[in-house]
Amino acid sequence: MNVTDKSLCTAAAYEAFGLRLSKNQLVIALAGNPNTGKSTVFNALTGLKQHTGNWPGKTVLRAEGTFVHRNKKILLVDLPGTYSLLATSADEQVARDFLCLGRPHAVIVVADATCLERNLNLVLQVMEITPKVVVCVNLMDEAARRGIKVDTEVLSRELGVPCIPTVARDGKGLTELKDAVLDVARGVIVTSPRQVSYEPYVEQAAARIESRIRPYLPGWVNHRWVALRLLEGDMSIIKAIIDHLGNGSEQLLLQEGSAVWAR
Amino acid sequence: MGTLNSTLSSLLSSINQEISAKEQQKIRDSIVSSIYSCAEEISRKAAHHKIDRRFELDQKIDNIITSRMFGIPIMLALLGVILWLTIAGANYPSQLLANSLFWFEGQLTGFFVMVNAPDWLHGVLVLGMYRGLAWVVSVMLPPMAIFFPLFTLLEDLGYLPRVAFILDRYFKKACAHGKQALTMCMGFGCNAAGVISCRIIESPRERLIAVLTNVFVPCNGRFPTLISLSMIFIGGLGAAAYSTAVATAVVVLLILLGVGITLLISWLLSKTVLRGEPSFFTLELPPYRKPQLGRILIRSLLDRTIFVLMRAIVVAAPAGAITWILANTYIGDLSIIAHLAGWLDPFAFLLGLDGIILLAFILGLPANEIVLPIMIMSYLSAGAMLELDSLTALRTLLIDNGWTWLTALSTMLFSLLHFPCGTTLLTIYKETKSLKWTAFAALMPLGTAVIVTFAIAQLAFLLGLV
Repeated sequence: MNVTDKSLCTAAAYEAFGLRLSKNQLVIALAGNPNTGKSTVFNALTGLKQHTGNWPGKTVLRAEGTFVHRNKKILLVDLPGTYSLLATSADEQVARDFLCLGRPHAVIVVADATCLERNLNLVLQVMEITPKVVVCVNLMDEAARRGIKVDTEVLSRELGVPCIPTVARDGKGLTELKDAVLDVARGVIVTSPRQVSYEPYVEQAAARIESRIRPYLPGWVNHRWVALRLLEGDMSIIKAIIDHLGNGSEQLLLQEGSAVWAR
Repeated sequence: MGTLNSTLSSLLSSINQEISAKEQQKIRDSIVSSIYSCAEEISRKAAHHKIDRRFELDQKIDNIITSRMFGIPIMLALLGVILWLTIAGANYPSQLLANSLFWFEGQLTGFFVMVNAPDWLHGVLVLGMYRGLAWVVSVMLPPMAIFFPLFTLLEDLGYLPRVAFILDRYFKKACAHGKQALTMCMGFGCNAAGVISCRIIESPRERLIAVLTNVFVPCNGRFPTLISLSMIFIGGLGAAAYSTAVATAVVVLLILLGVGITLLISWLLSKTVLRGEPSFFTLELPPYRKPQLGRILIRSLLDRTIFVLMRAIVVAAPAGAITWILANTYIGDLSIIAHLAGWLDPFAFLLGLDGIILLAFILGLPANEIVLPIMIMSYLSAGAMLELDSLTALRTLLIDNGWTWLTALSTMLFSLLHFPCGTTLLTIYKETKSLKWTAFAALMPLGTAVIVTFAIAQLAFLLGLV
């Protein structure tokens, strides 16, 4: 599958989020808990090529920046720092909507090595929306100082996505991070993200709903994820999807998109 | 395609209606706990903690301090101990300060007599300004100098975030934000600071609730008033052996009442003008730290005690002079203060107060610190020139002016619940950018104070307790 074609395909989707994309540019989202050094990673990757503004219709600050890696132009979109994607605050809603509807080519989730468990909650939730995830395990030095050893190889195996150890403050591990992100975005690395297994009655109910909504949703939306949100009565994402599909430009893509993304 | 969208949206909303709200909540909880246990399992495999004894100890302490069973009793006990130490410890230095400051007043009067100064000058400067200052210092300084270092000690230990954790459950029930407990802790220092700290709450609805209810936490300016009044009056009522305990209990109950009213008003606001659901948040409990005693002393004495005292002095000195002038300028056969107080009297009596107390609260709008001094000054200047040189004499003065336990209680309740000071109101305006909400922030607590004191006073009258 040709990545460039796909990015042209979804240019309209980015526009709905107020992003203007140049030709052949890959869109990478940067997610993570607050206080994980997410901004440090963002600054280290993009340098001075940054642009700040607000998310359309929201008072949530957005930063975006560009960088070039291995001759590939990349637009990095900094999502608000959140602990989850439950969409109980404007920040979480913005992050979730972009991950689900903005369809970035890959997502970097910055995780704090000193409290991995809490950060993994967000990683697992992001991986439910999109498989194209790279985990940046930041603050490795701080963790070592506190006597915490994070084995990123085991973590990669457990999560099914690349996990890169970094010390963003000192620029350590950033090249490896960029390599992994590019490979995931272009499909060179195929991830197999670990899915959270829910209680049987939740899984069964989700499967039932999934089969009912499947014919009506475009292929690029994760049906299981939408089914789960419906189950817990979170109508905000449903509304966001319908609004998004209501955008004229996106409707044309619906058929084409389903065809390309058919599983 | 348009039909596809409408089919989709009707399908989705019909699916949504098939599941009851209770079921949705249950599924939501189950989903969250599945995610958490998955994260825990992965983290156990990938992250290895070198066993850190200090961290383990923290965990053990937290398990007790934030537990459902012991959390609240421990919190109340700590509050009680701090207030008991304050009240028990402040008595003697207060007495000492009063004695020496009023000895100096005698010297000053002697000096004015010696240089043949006119009576009005002696009145304004010595009986007005100096006396006002002397009362502020002797009544308010000792409790502050003991309470603030103790409170800062708790802050330094890392106990305050645990309070937010313990109280989170109750705020959620009130449809408010758990972080509101933290903004309330800030409010103990200063309501204006408390209002600014509400910025940590992301949701505008819950932030506004926290801003509007912050005033129900007694700030620096009102705490000494509460402590002094309970020390002088309530404590003095019972047997001497129990007086400190009784005074402490009264202040603890008042704070609890403030918290209760905060929750009640938050809930009422959530159900009426600020409708909505509580949002989730993650609170990081910082590790317990060994408090730095030297820094605590300096910080709480300089930042808080001296700051509050200076503010009180700066406002109290002119207020003392103005009060003396108001009390000694006669229109007809009554002083201006007597006119104003007499005009307020009928309403004030309904609340268990008197006109002078109500007037002091109104004149004290710029700073709550000066409410008690204005009250004392008004009684003093208006009444006979009795020699007032100790805390016992202060008690006598209040009783001579018709104070009962109900007056003291109503005054404390009114102080706890009434409108915030001018600085806080200005801050609320800056934070909300809305005159409407600022007016509401003044009138809503005032209404609460009037309702509560009215109810208690009328109940006391009805039962013949006074």
